[in-house]
Amino acid sequence: MAAPLTLLLIVAVTIRAVLFRSSLAEIISERVEVVSPLNAWKRVVEGLALLDLGVSPYSGDVFHETPFMIYLFHFTVDYAEIVFMIADGITAVALYLSVQIYNKDVFRKQKYALESDRYPADCLELLRSPKEMFYIPLKVAMFYLLNPFTILSCVAKSTCGLNNAIIALFIFCTLKGSALLSGILLALATYQSIYPLTLFAPALLFFLQRLYIPVNPRRSSFWFFTLQYAFIYVGSLVVITGLSFFLLGSWDFMPSVYGFILSVPDLTPNIGLFWYFFAEMFEHFRLFFSCVFQINVFFYTIPLSIKLKEHPVFLIFMQIAIISIFKSYPTVGDVALYMAFLPAWSHLYRFLRNIFLVSCVLLACSALFPVLWHLWIYAGSANSNFYYAITLLFNFGQILLVSDYFYAYLRREHHLTHGLYLQKKDGTEATLVLK
Amino acid sequence: MAAHRSGLSLVCILFFSSLAHPSNCDTLEKANDNKAEKLSISEVNTNGGVAGEDLNERQWLSTDVEVDKSDGSKNSETLTPAPAKDQFQEELVIRPLHSGDIYASFQFRTLWDTDFLREGQKVSHYRLFPKSLGQVLSKFSVRELHISFTQGFWRTMQWGQPFIPSPPGAELWVWFHDTVSDVDGNWKELTNVLSGIFCASLNFIDLTNTVQPSASFKPLGLGNATDHRFLRYATLPREIVCTENLTPWKKLLPCGSKAGLAVLLKSEKLFHSSFHSQAVHIRPVCQDERCTSKAWELRQTLNVVFDLYTSGQGKKEWSLFKMFSRTLTEACPLASSSKVYVDITDNPEGELFELSPATPLLSQAVVLGDRRTYSVFDLSRAETFGQLRSLNLLLRWKGDSGDMLRPLLHAERYVAGFGLQTGEIHTVIYNNHPYRAFPVLLMDSVPWYLQLYIHTLTVTSKSRDNKPSYIQYQPAKDRHRPHLLEMLIQLPPHSMTEVTVQFERALLKWTEYTPDPNHGFYVGSSVVSALVPSMVAMSTNFTQDQPLFSSFVPVKEESSYFVRVYTEPLLVNLPTPDFSMPYNVICLTCTVVAVGYGSFYNLLTRTFQVDEPSPPLSKRLANLIRRMRGVPLLA
Repeated sequence: MAAPLTLLLIVAVTIRAVLFRSSLAEIISERVEVVSPLNAWKRVVEGLALLDLGVSPYSGDVFHETPFMIYLFHFTVDYAEIVFMIADGITAVALYLSVQIYNKDVFRKQKYALESDRYPADCLELLRSPKEMFYIPLKVAMFYLLNPFTILSCVAKSTCGLNNAIIALFIFCTLKGSALLSGILLALATYQSIYPLTLFAPALLFFLQRLYIPVNPRRSSFWFFTLQYAFIYVGSLVVITGLSFFLLGSWDFMPSVYGFILSVPDLTPNIGLFWYFFAEMFEHFRLFFSCVFQINVFFYTIPLSIKLKEHPVFLIFMQIAIISIFKSYPTVGDVALYMAFLPAWSHLYRFLRNIFLVSCVLLACSALFPVLWHLWIYAGSANSNFYYAITLLFNFGQILLVSDYFYAYLRREHHLTHGLYLQKKDGTEATLVLK
Repeated sequence: MAAHRSGLSLVCILFFSSLAHPSNCDTLEKANDNKAEKLSISEVNTNGGVAGEDLNERQWLSTDVEVDKSDGSKNSETLTPAPAKDQFQEELVIRPLHSGDIYASFQFRTLWDTDFLREGQKVSHYRLFPKSLGQVLSKFSVRELHISFTQGFWRTMQWGQPFIPSPPGAELWVWFHDTVSDVDGNWKELTNVLSGIFCASLNFIDLTNTVQPSASFKPLGLGNATDHRFLRYATLPREIVCTENLTPWKKLLPCGSKAGLAVLLKSEKLFHSSFHSQAVHIRPVCQDERCTSKAWELRQTLNVVFDLYTSGQGKKEWSLFKMFSRTLTEACPLASSSKVYVDITDNPEGELFELSPATPLLSQAVVLGDRRTYSVFDLSRAETFGQLRSLNLLLRWKGDSGDMLRPLLHAERYVAGFGLQTGEIHTVIYNNHPYRAFPVLLMDSVPWYLQLYIHTLTVTSKSRDNKPSYIQYQPAKDRHRPHLLEMLIQLPPHSMTEVTVQFERALLKWTEYTPDPNHGFYVGSSVVSALVPSMVAMSTNFTQDQPLFSSFVPVKEESSYFVRVYTEPLLVNLPTPDFSMPYNVICLTCTVVAVGYGSFYNLLTRTFQVDEPSPPLSKRLANLIRRMRGVPLLA
């Protein structure tokens, strides 16, 4: 399996290297879909330039990266292209290994269930065979590395690629079973962009499941492990934040990074829902709606954890997708991360209701973004509503996609316990509905 | 009172007239032309300085007695019981420009020997100094205040340097006293008060357009304050200047617009011009050469450029009446000196133009690195007005004037790039000096909604990189403060230096756009300040009686003079949202969020169940009846 992965990495690196050398790189790095005020490379360079001038990068409103990024690029700014390519490679390999571990896990559980005869007889065609699962890790890596969204994001040197690498490593360490590394990486991801905070729940659920600890608040072992993991997470978060403070000698980065993410002061257009909504918002409702919109990301964590407590990996996928839809400054790099997981759910394909529609919507939107942007900003023949309409549609498509996968996953689980061909009381073929 | 004073002076004059010497006059007979050229302005002024103490006396004398002023007044000084603590001077300079336009510059100076800021002293008796401003100064502990309102843009390349430069729109810069603790609070209140005094929109000055330049704006008056925490600078490039700003400005003058030079200030003519700028400068100055005591100086200036060439059917000819639709009939009775200067440097032999009425008085001054000759009309002398009792200066051109000396320092600015996403500000600074390099300070204050990228800053002269020796950069904070960029750039001789910096345009909230947002947003002028090498020696002596136009900026060294050049303000378009549909956007976005919420809620709260279609209504009714009858139900 290593050979195809290596080949894939080589192809991916070649594509990126060629694009870096072409004149397209400059155009791509200005695209609002690819870079946001939070992760634009231009702003990283600006932050370093400010540091050189003896001005704190956080004294202005251009630089919103964490001090960790300053530290990283202080040394590697000249090799930035390589750093971003390596980050993409790490993400792909981490995802590859994670999905491999996950598949093994799934297969093992399926085998036990089969042996204990827990599946209804007509469900055999729903079961997954090792043959079809064999190429899934490679497909996942391919989906990430060759996804045009990832390539654009990498060529634009959006630091989103680095955040993706941290999240992918976190997933890998979690699936590998290392609570310590997983906690540290989760803290790092949270430190970078707050939102991965919601991944705490799936990681915890995964470890509990792995250690055969039932999720039961009355059991001391449950609390013991939860506190242990929370301690690792909070402790490393405190250490990382403290290190940042010592690196710069001030807390300026807190409002400039996290305040900026949460209060959404920069309304530069992007593919998300926030910019136009808050540009058009009435001033006295601004605080209320920014709370409502931010809560959206965190809101689904608890109900999803309850619903999917047996399936923490799918929960991770759901959380990442929700983050990338509802975060305040999303870019296509965030979308690429959760899309990489789609091959892992290829067995859900038969239950997807509107995958064709959704893929058409997403493809059409991706093509229309640059067109309508050009019409609005350069040609002047369209206005902001055109671009806004496309962002709406794009997000609508993403929501449909995610909820469709969620539906399909739940439905498959239902069939695995109740049988595939359900019948009504009178013996005719039944339809399954949500009630 | 007048009779008493004139009587006293008459006695003195009779007593000392034998000692009077003709060369002591501060203005010279035209017959003594050679002598006049030898006399430097400082020499003239030492004599004038003596007379300065008693200028009040002279204005009463001059109407009825022919006096040899300098010596007479010197002696009357000893007899005057208490010399007045304030004095007022007025002055009009008219300079025919090479483009055919006429530049008229009014300066009114009130000097008051008092201290508003002294602890525990409340100044309540005002004579010539306007009370409205005096109270503002003491209330807000203002050390120096400069405010200008300008309509139109000063074309340096066609018109040369103005006496006191000002950027288009409104400009306000204030040095506060270093005892002020809450400078921002004082500044906020001060701008609001000034907004009321001058009927201008200075109340729009807030933290988002206020900067604290570290080097470009040094105090012009006494005191060498260097702590720029007490300095506030703001411009409103969009401010439109009109009659409602002129009227309160005129009211600050001791004679209002009733007498003296101010009668010429008729708004219907002043605002029918190519350039109009009015300013108020308040600063502490030395009272005498030894600087033993401090006086407050209020300078009101008004500069206007008339385009009489096009309106006069191509004839280069102007008169006071043509320009202002008024003639001068008297000096302001409260003024200690009231003079009209006409620049005749280009016309030493009278071959280029003819000035009437002819005046025997000539004066020389070194202004902006150039020695200029002026014909002087002293309004405090009766013979100036002649038989008609009115002075209507008339100038007729005979031939075409030669080329203008190019200004040594010149700057311009523009925005490059297309589209509404990014752009580039280009500032081009010209050093036209043939062999001297000199440093300039460039100051740029850019509003926060243009996000500057300082790493894209390039400075090139003669197509080579010219690294600024000093950069002070303060990045903007969204909705709180603007960018401030100050640089010290060395300009090579006879060169063009280009400063470029890239910016990104922000999308604002819909309420933050000005009315007519597609007109664009103004970015204030950048300010180029420099000590330009002078062709002639500047006089460094501080004296009271220099002509006002030449004494505004203190000269520290002989070899150079201070120049401030303002570039054009920029007009930048920003992307705009659709202002008509806030409700629609809120509804549509919330709909998408609700779709997400709804579908997740659905999947989270419901479970899969086999769909059992409910029996039709007839069957249900039948079953109801059957149940009542106690018969088995239908399936």
